[in-house]
Amino acid sequence: MSPRDSSGVIGFFNERFGLEERALTAALDTTLARQVDYADLFFEHTSEDAVVLEEGIVKSGDRHIEQGMGVRAVARERQGYAHSDEITVESLQGAAQTARAISQESGGVRALSATSGGSPDRDLYPVDQPPTEASVERKVTLLGEIDSYARSLDSRVAQVMASCVTQYRQVMMVGSDGTLASDVRPLVRLNLQVIAEKPDGSRREVGSQGMGGRYDFDTLSQPEGWKKLVGEAVRIATLNLEAQPCPAGSMSVILGPGWPGILLHEAIGHGLEGDFNRKQTSAFSGRMGERVASEGVTVVDDGTLPARRGSINVDDEGTPSQRTVLIEDGILCGYLQDRLNADLMGMPRTGNGRRESYAHLPMPRMTNTFMLAGQEAPEDVLRSVDRGIYAVSFGGGQVDITSGKFVFSANEAYRIENGRLGAPLVGATLIGNGPDVLTRVSRIGSDLKLDPGVGTCGKDGQSVPVGVGLPTLRLDDLTVGGTQG
Amino acid sequence: MTAVSGREVVAHALDAARLAGADAADAVLIEGDSMEVRVRGDAVDFVKQARGRTLGIRSLLAGGEGRRSAIASTSDLATEAVERMAGESVAVARATAPDPAAGLPEGGFAKDWEKLDLGLAHPEDRGVHVESRIQDAMDAEAAARNMDERIDNSEGSQASSGHSRITYGNSLGFLGDYESDSHSLFSEPVAHDAAGMQRDYWMTLGHCLAELESPAAVGRRAAERCLRRLGARPVPTCEVPVIFDPVTAPSLLRQLAGCVSGYAVYRKSSFLSESLGEQVASPLLTAVDDARRPGGLGSRPFDGEGQTTRRNVILEQGLLRSWLLDSYSARKLGLESTGSAIRSAGSPPSVGPSNLCFEPGKASLEEIIADTPRGLLVTELIGMGFNPVTGDYSRGAVGLWIEGGEIRYPVEEITIAANFGDMLRDVDVVGCDLLWLGRVASPSLRVSRMTVAGSG
Repeated sequence: MSPRDSSGVIGFFNERFGLEERALTAALDTTLARQVDYADLFFEHTSEDAVVLEEGIVKSGDRHIEQGMGVRAVARERQGYAHSDEITVESLQGAAQTARAISQESGGVRALSATSGGSPDRDLYPVDQPPTEASVERKVTLLGEIDSYARSLDSRVAQVMASCVTQYRQVMMVGSDGTLASDVRPLVRLNLQVIAEKPDGSRREVGSQGMGGRYDFDTLSQPEGWKKLVGEAVRIATLNLEAQPCPAGSMSVILGPGWPGILLHEAIGHGLEGDFNRKQTSAFSGRMGERVASEGVTVVDDGTLPARRGSINVDDEGTPSQRTVLIEDGILCGYLQDRLNADLMGMPRTGNGRRESYAHLPMPRMTNTFMLAGQEAPEDVLRSVDRGIYAVSFGGGQVDITSGKFVFSANEAYRIENGRLGAPLVGATLIGNGPDVLTRVSRIGSDLKLDPGVGTCGKDGQSVPVGVGLPTLRLDDLTVGGTQG
Repeated sequence: MTAVSGREVVAHALDAARLAGADAADAVLIEGDSMEVRVRGDAVDFVKQARGRTLGIRSLLAGGEGRRSAIASTSDLATEAVERMAGESVAVARATAPDPAAGLPEGGFAKDWEKLDLGLAHPEDRGVHVESRIQDAMDAEAAARNMDERIDNSEGSQASSGHSRITYGNSLGFLGDYESDSHSLFSEPVAHDAAGMQRDYWMTLGHCLAELESPAAVGRRAAERCLRRLGARPVPTCEVPVIFDPVTAPSLLRQLAGCVSGYAVYRKSSFLSESLGEQVASPLLTAVDDARRPGGLGSRPFDGEGQTTRRNVILEQGLLRSWLLDSYSARKLGLESTGSAIRSAGSPPSVGPSNLCFEPGKASLEEIIADTPRGLLVTELIGMGFNPVTGDYSRGAVGLWIEGGEIRYPVEEITIAANFGDMLRDVDVVGCDLLWLGRVASPSLRVSRMTVAGSG
């Protein structure tokens, strides 16, 4: 095969599964024998391992190999997809016959030979050693050190659960338009949950933290990184031992920088995915060019940030990832697109066609979604509020794309009184309306921060790794779901 | 499904683990094929067909005061691949620490599983054609769209059919398998009026096609649920009784299941971990997990460790009677397994409900509403605002506002919050309308007071 194969993935699939160019073209031609607009093949080989610590010991580890392929036929908005965990020339032909059943009329176009396209001239996440190849012993040792360190920080630490997951995914995409692209995606993640208990046993609280990205195990195991993570988890768990009930009702909310960017993911990002807008089922449908946020608010989705969890060199259809401006100075200006929806809407592809694995169809998905920094010092943003809450750490969130209503749940928050931080509050859910929540932004801090690399987005039963980011932000009249009326 | 039978693959994996140095082992093979179609309007959106097999091998090594263990899984079932993964599981196990509670169950293996007919397998429906399921989805879609002119769009109607086989074996000699078929139909219309746009859904699922609601009924029900949300608005912050319908009430039971899981209990990461034998809920609440419910969506002849499955009473008139346990969490707590091990190919056994429900009471949902002077009927919940360690609960809600015992208008952009322990105690009516829409089911429930946060 002639195209550039700097990652070696194309050679890997060819060698391992006997997938020569002839077999790939034959499968595409089988699909194109019916009247379809486009056909593509997706191949995946993923290794993953995990070790888990609790009660001071690593009790178990696991290791997985997942491999498979999928054949897709696209005829206007219709898609036929067949996938199998068997990667052979025969199973490929069988899947091609199944996928083409989406169209009854005969076609007759032939696939272009796979010489164009290819991966972009960049690797956002080169690693010397796949993280899955770092020894299990090193991962076990790391978790042991994390456990000891957490317990050494505070005598109220009652339980530490930690896990280290590493993944190495190789994917190859071959399209009937001559697309041939591949990507090698390392992914590492540390997760930590600390339970703290009051000395008299009267109260237990939890602190959870995580970190990760597309880099190697050496980087993940640097003490300055994980010690900060452990410190944060212990701090939140012990802080929450004193947390008071959260107020309920509409009030000013200040979001801390970083992970609270989940607000953008839920409130804005999903509603701007091309599929919902093509179908006109998004609360943002038909609002392109309109004001959806205060002046000064600019939101982007950027799949090209080096080593970030949400980054990809190319999407799962072979389109290079890019930086897409979604909202510029308050005006809605961009959608996130995969191939199908971009083509049907007559809009450019944005490299957001992602899928969980070979067992799934691609869909428009976010990568790293964040708001650009403003001018104000974060302390001034905090001081500007008389009564409200300051929320710095969040669990998950969810959105109803059609009504636009979204929620996200704080697990570290404080009361603000007269511009000063007050008592810590127990977790509460914040709820709002996506298309207008950013019009309530009244102050934007200068301290843009990205999350530590822990985001996973679920849509239509598919999970993909994502990132978010935010500067300190003041929002007025947001509903806080506490218990104190 | 395959030329080599599932039992042969599992037996080979166990041999390979032993040869690689495991003192004990178990293995699970999950095989499945499925199809899924989605229709939007009068056009097919997608047709998906799939086939998959995954083998998971767990190796246990005696060492020190306990056993070391690790799992390896693969979808490549070639002889060499299986042997390589068995070797990996032993290699990884060597790196872990010995755990006194680790190991296969000592006894309690299912003996009657071959004779048992739980109504899971329906070979007669296995040949169902893609076209026939496309038609089901078309019919549901048409029924939803023809219901009212305000239903002018949809996220589509989706039908799926699948067949799977689970094979489990261990080095103590247990080797069993069972097959299960599943079919579903789901419809999610979008309604539109001057006030905005709303979606909602309805679904039906079962082990055979005959168990499904008709496509037209699914479409109509989805449309009704969607239409009644049009014009929804927030209500002012207040404290009122909250009624959960049979769609939203199971979420409370899923939370309860998480809090009575043996793992959460021995880790003390459940607010109920010290409460076995105590009155933790309203006397109106009895929760039963029955893995042998005929035709149950979560029924299984043996659990993820080959143990005999059974009916477990979790709550009896509000009294916490039992945890859900597998052999590991049972050992940690000095108890016996309740046959509640669940197993995926790639993870160690854990605990989960099979067919778990709150037993129904006498009141219809209409009667409960009529008995509520002012309150909220919750029809959908969003977000994950539940902390099992403390019981703190705060979630986004969509529903219908009740005044004077009648539904007045739809509400949204509100949250409901309370402590989950208080919510269980504050249940003051249980409905008669138990509805199985999954493995966990509940009739309507009313919690006597919760904080609703909304406008102002």
